[in-house]
Amino acid sequence: MINMLNMIKIAARNLLRYKRRTLLVSLLIAIGVIFVQVFMAATASYKNIIISQITDAMLGHIQIHKKGYLVSIENVPLNLNLKPHGVEKIEAALKTIPEIDAYSKRLRLGGMISNFTETTNLRLFGIEPEQEYKTAPLLPGRIIEGKSDLEPGQILLPSTLAKGMHLKVGDLIVIIATNKDGSVNGKQFLVGGILDAAPGPGGRDGYIHISDAAELLRMETAEISEIALHLKSFKDIPSVYAQLTQKLGGELNKEGKPAFEIHTWEKLSPFANIAKMLDLMTVFVKVMLVTIVVISILDVMMMSVYERTREIGTIAAIGTLPSRILAMFITEGLLFGISGVVLGNLVSYIIVRIMQSMHITFSFGMREGLVLNPQFDLWSVLWISLIVIVISVIASVQPASKAARLDPIKALKTT
Amino acid sequence: MESVTASGLYKDYQMGKLTVNALKNLSFSIGSGAFVSFVGPSGSGKTTLLNLIGCLDKPTQGKLNVAGVDVTGLNRKQSALFRGENLGFIFQDFNLIPVLTVFENVEYPLLMVRKTPAGDRKKRVLQLLEEVGMMDQKDKFPDQLSGGQKQRVAVARSLITHPKIVLADEPTANLDHKTAYLIINLLKRMRDEMNTTFIFSTHDPKIVGEVETLYTLEDGELNNGQERGDKHA
Repeated sequence: MINMLNMIKIAARNLLRYKRRTLLVSLLIAIGVIFVQVFMAATASYKNIIISQITDAMLGHIQIHKKGYLVSIENVPLNLNLKPHGVEKIEAALKTIPEIDAYSKRLRLGGMISNFTETTNLRLFGIEPEQEYKTAPLLPGRIIEGKSDLEPGQILLPSTLAKGMHLKVGDLIVIIATNKDGSVNGKQFLVGGILDAAPGPGGRDGYIHISDAAELLRMETAEISEIALHLKSFKDIPSVYAQLTQKLGGELNKEGKPAFEIHTWEKLSPFANIAKMLDLMTVFVKVMLVTIVVISILDVMMMSVYERTREIGTIAAIGTLPSRILAMFITEGLLFGISGVVLGNLVSYIIVRIMQSMHITFSFGMREGLVLNPQFDLWSVLWISLIVIVISVIASVQPASKAARLDPIKALKTT
Repeated sequence: MESVTASGLYKDYQMGKLTVNALKNLSFSIGSGAFVSFVGPSGSGKTTLLNLIGCLDKPTQGKLNVAGVDVTGLNRKQSALFRGENLGFIFQDFNLIPVLTVFENVEYPLLMVRKTPAGDRKKRVLQLLEEVGMMDQKDKFPDQLSGGQKQRVAVARSLITHPKIVLADEPTANLDHKTAYLIINLLKRMRDEMNTTFIFSTHDPKIVGEVETLYTLEDGELNNGQERGDKHA
């Protein structure tokens, strides 16, 4: 311990011996750390905002469908709805998973909407409002006109469609839909609210009460197209997905194939690919940081060994073991890493706080004014610090080993 | 007891295709507490011999016993351990560690080589600094010292581990006449107090005049040691 402290003292003094060089390398490492930390904080915030917009405004964290539904989701296939006994099995499984905050049963359908002068097509969600608002907590916030009660007989219309058909809250419209047997049915609705669009699939669909959807499709008991889940924590997605797969994976249909399919938001939204690209960019930025650390430390340490050859010869001659000489130089590399990390994290923290105070806004799809809220994540600080420090040590191994292997006689002869 | 015994010692260097016989069939014996010097012109093999005794190099042939140990078979790590345990070094250019103070330079072998406990370390360093007259400079760094002061610190560093043998390669070459004598007297006093064997390699007539045994090397060959009388005070 005492030796380690002395080793650190000697290493620190050797670094301070070449102040300008040490400052330059520490700054270089610090700039790398700042770049990574700020980039990660900004992209993480951007990702989180968009993902929460997608999941909390409409999609949910996980969805369960009848097997084969997802590939046909654009056609809104009524013949691939979940039957009541299937729904019961799913609900029984959901109730055993404590990480699930809420779930909503949805009946999706396609139909025609008419304001008695114009007609156009529309896709609808039949929902139980109370459950749906728990599962998609940002949905009520999307209602830019009217109320979120969504009582039977009311419809929430997407703003683009309402604008195109000159509809406003309180207007009367007719929805015409074909059920899975081919018979057509129509029902009058009162416009209860106008919805702002949400990013992602289904973000421009309307909402009606599930009992109205069942009546429109002439179902005695409402079938369910999908069950959307909202979890207590976004981080629980993999664990809940695994539990659901285990609990429902054994349920087979008449053909002996799995009866249900379970998908996380990543399978349901194209933004997942953008998120993956952002993650990939983060990896590249980290690789850049590692490269900066390796090159700068390797370079400066090689120079240091070259300049201090005679000194190394002296300490070797008086009996310092090669392993201790190795450790002395590695300690210098370690201190380079630590100084760069401390400086880099400190400046990153200040930059992130400045960015928070600037309330930087951006838009995504139809959503505008989303505020970027970068956070200085303690785990990423620890990880990046650890990576930089480990790389600093690794980068100093080669010059340190060169120092340890120096022939004392040759080293003492150098001027 | 003998400090160093050499028998049929050879050292050859390969310079390209040419083999240089740096030392040829050297046999000698240096007793414990001796104050001896190897003299000879440049290239005569003085430093090569000192390097062999200092376990910094290995003979091509022959036997070399230092402080009771056959050092010809030691590997790199064993050599380093042996040097730390038994030998002290004084260099022509002082070779102090520039980032350490006078106190820390002297303390270094105890701390990084011997792992001596802190209390004992401090006591020994202060005692030795007092002996070499550097106590009042103990917090200074090497670049704040004169040549003579630096060499006194180097002497203290070489003796801090109570080595059996101190090897000094041209220790007074970079010192003025007066300072050189001060250093030589200091070394003799240290020898008298600690019974340490001092082996010099030098051209300096000041040292030559003070040593008890003088070995002359010429073209790698050793003339018989010339006894200069017992100057042991």
